[in-house]
Amino acid sequence: MSALWKANQRRIAPWLFLAPGLFMFMIYVIIPIFQSIWVSFYDWDGLGAARWIGTANYIELVDDDAFYTSLKNNVIWLVLYMLAVPAGLMIAIFLNQTISGMRLYKSLFFFPFVISQVVVGLMFSWFYAPNFGLFYNLLEWLTGKGTAVLADDRYVTYGIIAAGLWPQIAYVMILYLTGLNNVAPDQVEAARLDGAKGWRMLWYVILPQLRPATFIAVVVTVIGALRSFDLVSIMTNGGPYGSSRVLSFYMYEQALSEYGYRMGYGAAIAVVLFAIMMIFISGFIWKMWRDETER
Amino acid sequence: MFPRPITQLSAPIQTLYKIAVPVALFLWLLPLLGVALTSVRPASDLAQGNYFGMPSALAFENYALVFKNTPMLQYMLNSFWVTIPTVIGAITLSCLTGFALAIYRFPSNLIVFFMFVAGNFVPFQILMVPVRDLTLSLGMYNTWYGLALFHIAFQTGFCTLFMRNFIKSLPFELIEAARVEGVAEWRIFWFIVIPLMRPAIAALSVLVFTFIWNDFFWATVLTTSAATQPVTAGLSSLNGQWIAQWHLVSAGSILAALPPVLMFFLMQRHFIAGLTLGAVK
Repeated sequence: MSALWKANQRRIAPWLFLAPGLFMFMIYVIIPIFQSIWVSFYDWDGLGAARWIGTANYIELVDDDAFYTSLKNNVIWLVLYMLAVPAGLMIAIFLNQTISGMRLYKSLFFFPFVISQVVVGLMFSWFYAPNFGLFYNLLEWLTGKGTAVLADDRYVTYGIIAAGLWPQIAYVMILYLTGLNNVAPDQVEAARLDGAKGWRMLWYVILPQLRPATFIAVVVTVIGALRSFDLVSIMTNGGPYGSSRVLSFYMYEQALSEYGYRMGYGAAIAVVLFAIMMIFISGFIWKMWRDETER
Repeated sequence: MFPRPITQLSAPIQTLYKIAVPVALFLWLLPLLGVALTSVRPASDLAQGNYFGMPSALAFENYALVFKNTPMLQYMLNSFWVTIPTVIGAITLSCLTGFALAIYRFPSNLIVFFMFVAGNFVPFQILMVPVRDLTLSLGMYNTWYGLALFHIAFQTGFCTLFMRNFIKSLPFELIEAARVEGVAEWRIFWFIVIPLMRPAIAALSVLVFTFIWNDFFWATVLTTSAATQPVTAGLSSLNGQWIAQWHLVSAGSILAALPPVLMFFLMQRHFIAGLTLGAVK
């Protein structure tokens, strides 16, 4: 036994180290993905017996207006959320100086990211609140007429996205500040001697060196946009009239809320969201895989 | 350095910059400042329409009211009960997995690694129905440990990515030298690698603490009563009861935000080191 262990220690050891973590991750993450796909072919209220209905849930989705509203909002989220990347870069460039107190300024700019999205949602609800909200008053002062952003189905999604951008920009900013800190000074000086400055400097000299930061910023922003649930739930609960729903929220609403426990239908929505996310995840993994195997 | 250091520019521009930064910061934090100010505003101010001016008095009784009339204290304790075991659990598991994936070469190494990475990105909703079902059948529904177990498992994905990359950046000669000496593998892990991982453990602890403290989705899915709900879910249900009582909503929000904010300011260097891992090559 001991001889066998001695001879094979290095072959067995990694699996012993992996076992507890791998076990937990399998049970709570990997296997549930397949179970959800399986559940999406059933009609199930979460308690009684589940009934196999084949693709009926998906067929229902095709004709579901609420599903299209959610999908459309997800696309808007995804597109507008990407603004966090250039905005974060701009703030990082603005703050990348050494004046006294700069460290504190940088941390305070980063502040919104540390706060829970529930709290961010409440802050922006207060900000947008009709009649007394700061933003409402600002609009009234500018245009002569205030708008209750969160009660208007034309603006509600944009209002929530703005709240989401606040912490997301802070996150991207900190990524770029770290990146800028590590830009090779000799290259910048050399480019400066060649007469590069402003936009051209940024585009041709700085941005290529910031690529790792940009990659992470894009990954976290895409994932963040598609995961949006907290803000929608806190700020509007999907309203008015379901116009601010996103897929993650609509899934929850179908599977677990007062509107009933339709686990199968909810799972089908989750599978669609998962499929959309898998497109991006595969891309990220493909790039990381390439970096790993090239080394 | 990019952009050009401001100290190389003319004095008026420097002064302008020194004014612009705090002004920008003020505008940036306006929603936060508004809520912080509202949290110490007496209810009478709100009734009289004094929403933006200076509060007529500092009403710390708003905070006292929140503690007295709501289960806020319980919610916050519940959050600690979920968050601290998760931090310990996820970091323990990921030290082990990270070590295995960074040190050993075996055929499925990269596949296992990327499974952790990919699992970490999936939408929560694809896990919701089975995880809720599993938690129910284990008799852990609506308990802190049911919620913490899920968080431990899920955070292991992100933590493994982090730990593996960190261990990979350590000098491999250390491990080789120990092997030549005939040191057992688990002793290499415990006596050589773990002591070197302190910065990684510190960085991950603050990050995971913040992530879990701020989690809302799983808190609503896996807990239902005030005795077990973490502060995010609790705040959400209080918000439903406190219709338009903004001074209370604000005080509750500030309270819920406080622990991660303190954590951030105390451990700032580690926090940022953790978040920006991989942002530089």
